[in-house]
Amino acid sequence: MSPAPILSAFRQALSEAWAGGAGALLPLGFFAGAAVLVPLGIGTEPGMLRTVGPGILWVSLALSSLVTLERIFQADVEDGALDLWLQTSAPVSAIAAAKTFAHWLTAGLPLALMSPVLALMFQAEAGANLLTSAMIYGLGGLAFFFWGGVGAALSATVRRGGLLIALIALPLYVPTAIFGSLAMSGAAGGDSAPLLLVASTLFALALAPFAMAAALRLAAD
Amino acid sequence: MQLRPRDYSGDDVRLLTASGLGILRGERVLFDAVSLEVAPGEAVVLRGANGAGKTTLLRVLAGLTRAETGEVSRTAPHHWVGHREGLKPHETPRAHLDLWARAWGAGADVDAILNEMGLSRPADVAARYLSAGQRRRTALARVLLDKRPVWLLDEPFTALDAEGRTRVLDMVAEHRQGGGAVVAAVHGEVGFIASREITL
Repeated sequence: MSPAPILSAFRQALSEAWAGGAGALLPLGFFAGAAVLVPLGIGTEPGMLRTVGPGILWVSLALSSLVTLERIFQADVEDGALDLWLQTSAPVSAIAAAKTFAHWLTAGLPLALMSPVLALMFQAEAGANLLTSAMIYGLGGLAFFFWGGVGAALSATVRRGGLLIALIALPLYVPTAIFGSLAMSGAAGGDSAPLLLVASTLFALALAPFAMAAALRLAAD
Repeated sequence: MQLRPRDYSGDDVRLLTASGLGILRGERVLFDAVSLEVAPGEAVVLRGANGAGKTTLLRVLAGLTRAETGEVSRTAPHHWVGHREGLKPHETPRAHLDLWARAWGAGADVDAILNEMGLSRPADVAARYLSAGQRRRTALARVLLDKRPVWLLDEPFTALDAEGRTRVLDMVAEHRQGGGAVVAAVHGEVGFIASREITL
């Protein structure tokens, strides 16, 4: 099997995201907005912010990942590109994974890179641990985007399928959100949480592409 | 354009065979018991009123849609040009053809193809600014990127002007002479001599 179709799908998804202009920044704005608004609502007591901060950021990250997922596959259905991708020599699961990974790079990775700044607003201590946190948010975000991709593929033929994506994806986000929050909180039993987060992300990377492929075949049928 | 005649020519060679195809849409039978064979050099034209199932039959032949009954046997690779062009709004004709040439591993001369399809002038214009005819030409240009014996074309002449139509007819004629075959859903005048017409 030649990797050329997979690389081309990745390249097209990247160029599509950049061509969308400010659209790619929407999740970033949503993430920052949600995280900034919470302290305004619950007060500015440093201890409390430090306690609830990681949880708030995980919820914001999960919801932000849903903002642009709707268009990953829906645009391909509408413009006929899906028909072409389904007929390449590469497995549809690999094409779907490439497109979702490209989408995470443009819309999800910036969220992880921004997370240290937002964590500081929640009174997190400045230091190397912020970089570790960013990596954990990045890893969890990757799982969110792949599970969200399943919802996006299942609703590719549904107009305004954003709500449907949320209904499908949010239950799948639960393990990642739990392990992610545990890994950040330092609570009892949280030592193994980073490993469990890695495992849940690998599980998403392994399983979601096949679910996306099946859904895309149905969408084309 | 020669299509390895050793592989794809000969009286007994069938590039595409479909037998007993049937499709249901809801409780309506869209078509039933459709069979066809496509040999090198042939052009099969699908006809029928709007909604008769021409596009669906083409999609079944391409493997994009599953038929409720019957089976399709493909012995040669095909090109697909559907009624949706597959162009992204930000893509230029050159970028589109470059992308698919890479995806298919085809070492095609994209500039020559753009020129052949009359797309040299708008080659670097984003698809959102192209006319419907220019987008159609871009989609049809994909079949020139690599040589595949079967072309499945859904309404290939839609939005084309007289000159574009002539180019497509020339492409089809050359393809058939080289041992290729075409299955096309067409409304109105075809413009080439069809080996067979199937009315749905």
